[in-house]
Amino acid sequence: MKVIEVKGLVKSYGDFTAVAGIDLAIEAGEIFALLGPNGAGKTTTVEILAGFRAPDSGSVSVLGFDPATKGDAGRSWRNRIGIVLQTASDAGSFKVREIVKHFSNFYANPRDVDQVIEAVGLTEKRDSLVLELSGGQRRRLDVALGIIGNPELLFLDEPTTGFDPEARRAFWSLIRDLKAGGTTILLTTHYLDEAEELADRVAVIAAGKIIEVSTPALLGGRSTAKATVSWLGTSGLESEESDNPTAVVTKLAAQFGGQIPELTITRPSLEDIYLKMIGGQDE
Amino acid sequence: MNKVPGTLKLGLLRGQMEIIQFSRQKEAVVFTIFFPVILLAIFGSVFKDTIAPGVTFSQYFVAGMIASGLVNSGFQNIAINIPIERDMGAIKRLRGTPLPITSYFIGKAISVFASMVVQVLILLAIGIAFFGLNMPTEPSKWLTFTWLLILGTASSTALGVAFSSVPKNGRGASAIVSPVVIILQFFSGVFFVFTQLPGWMQQVAAIFPLKWLTQGMRSVFLPDTFAAQEVAASWEGGRTAIILFIWLIVGLFFAVKTFRWENK
Repeated sequence: MKVIEVKGLVKSYGDFTAVAGIDLAIEAGEIFALLGPNGAGKTTTVEILAGFRAPDSGSVSVLGFDPATKGDAGRSWRNRIGIVLQTASDAGSFKVREIVKHFSNFYANPRDVDQVIEAVGLTEKRDSLVLELSGGQRRRLDVALGIIGNPELLFLDEPTTGFDPEARRAFWSLIRDLKAGGTTILLTTHYLDEAEELADRVAVIAAGKIIEVSTPALLGGRSTAKATVSWLGTSGLESEESDNPTAVVTKLAAQFGGQIPELTITRPSLEDIYLKMIGGQDE
Repeated sequence: MNKVPGTLKLGLLRGQMEIIQFSRQKEAVVFTIFFPVILLAIFGSVFKDTIAPGVTFSQYFVAGMIASGLVNSGFQNIAINIPIERDMGAIKRLRGTPLPITSYFIGKAISVFASMVVQVLILLAIGIAFFGLNMPTEPSKWLTFTWLLILGTASSTALGVAFSSVPKNGRGASAIVSPVVIILQFFSGVFFVFTQLPGWMQQVAAIFPLKWLTQGMRSVFLPDTFAAQEVAASWEGGRTAIILFIWLIVGLFFAVKTFRWENK
């Protein structure tokens, strides 16, 4: 079943085209990452899918509904989704448990408040005021508020921006748990490792267009990309790109009669592939 | 799938949260609750004369302070706080949930009403203790007081939500909203005896709700003999109710029509 289906999505702000014709199909139960530099159109896409903005053209179906649906149908639709937008600074004068409990009241079948607080690792902070939380803790509270309604579909817009490495690892494990529980997740990120770590499929987006949709392992033809063999030759550092690096090394070994000076064999990292794909559009 | 909770129930829960939030913002509490008391202390100490037989300026002033309390707690606080809430992402977050916008408005109104009840109790207690305030004894006066408080809260809240669309962001909100309120207070007979104001000022004030709220509150706290000194030589209770109701409808219309969940 398609949880999200988008065709020909376009959205402009004045002269600036934020989304320039996007097609997407996201399956139930998968973690789908929109990967791209700042200003690529990730947030605009998510905000259209989550019902915050109307597209200029194109068709959008999320859980079988148009996100612009109003009234009771719109409420039951929102009852099935969870949204974690980019940084907010609200709710400072509430205690963590108070605000999570309050949001649980909005939904028909909310999760258990204390279990959610536990899942995001804020149990020790449950009676602290929100304004006393660190940046990472605040972000985890955002996630708690996003998942308290037990959503079928969760939007996460750049969830780990500003996290330290340890907090990111903890966060990733939380997201994997949600996936294991059957939640479909649409994640935007400009961190490659995050997309690689979490996503079943990745769409690389730049200048409002999707460049490629693939699994992290196959992105940009990564698995079949040529390896680069480099060594110190007579006229300095030399290199050769090849589908069969072993053959190159064997040939070189014969040439040098044994040891090949400063031999390295590298395959492109996801980052190399990605930078090539977005080609100078990164900031 | 179960049904999402009802609008009114969620409105009451929002009201509870708004009250918690307000009560934890100490500056706001002090300013909203005690500022009227401080003004009463100042005006009550400066103007010691009676303005009519048996009517002290303090008595006149308390009626005006309660009326403008409705405008401060409702219109002013809300029109300033909603743009700040927008800046902080609070309303956008709520918009992403099944919470109906009506429940959000109901929550605001409940919080205004609660703050008014506290304000009135403190203001009256201080007035009685230090400024020789006389309390009305007729039940009909307290009935008038009750409907004025409810209708005043409702229209002031609705107009506050409607006006919250005017400021572009939270930083500029206070500078845009506060002058409107202060000018209205001067025009509407809060700080001065209304009938002593220039005619054009009275006419301008008569368009807006605050003049009618102050006059209504005078009908509660001043002896009925004073009615003869009002502009229409009467308390005009019926007209007050109609005008406040019209403003409530106007406020609701624009509140729903112009409400934004983020700043431009």
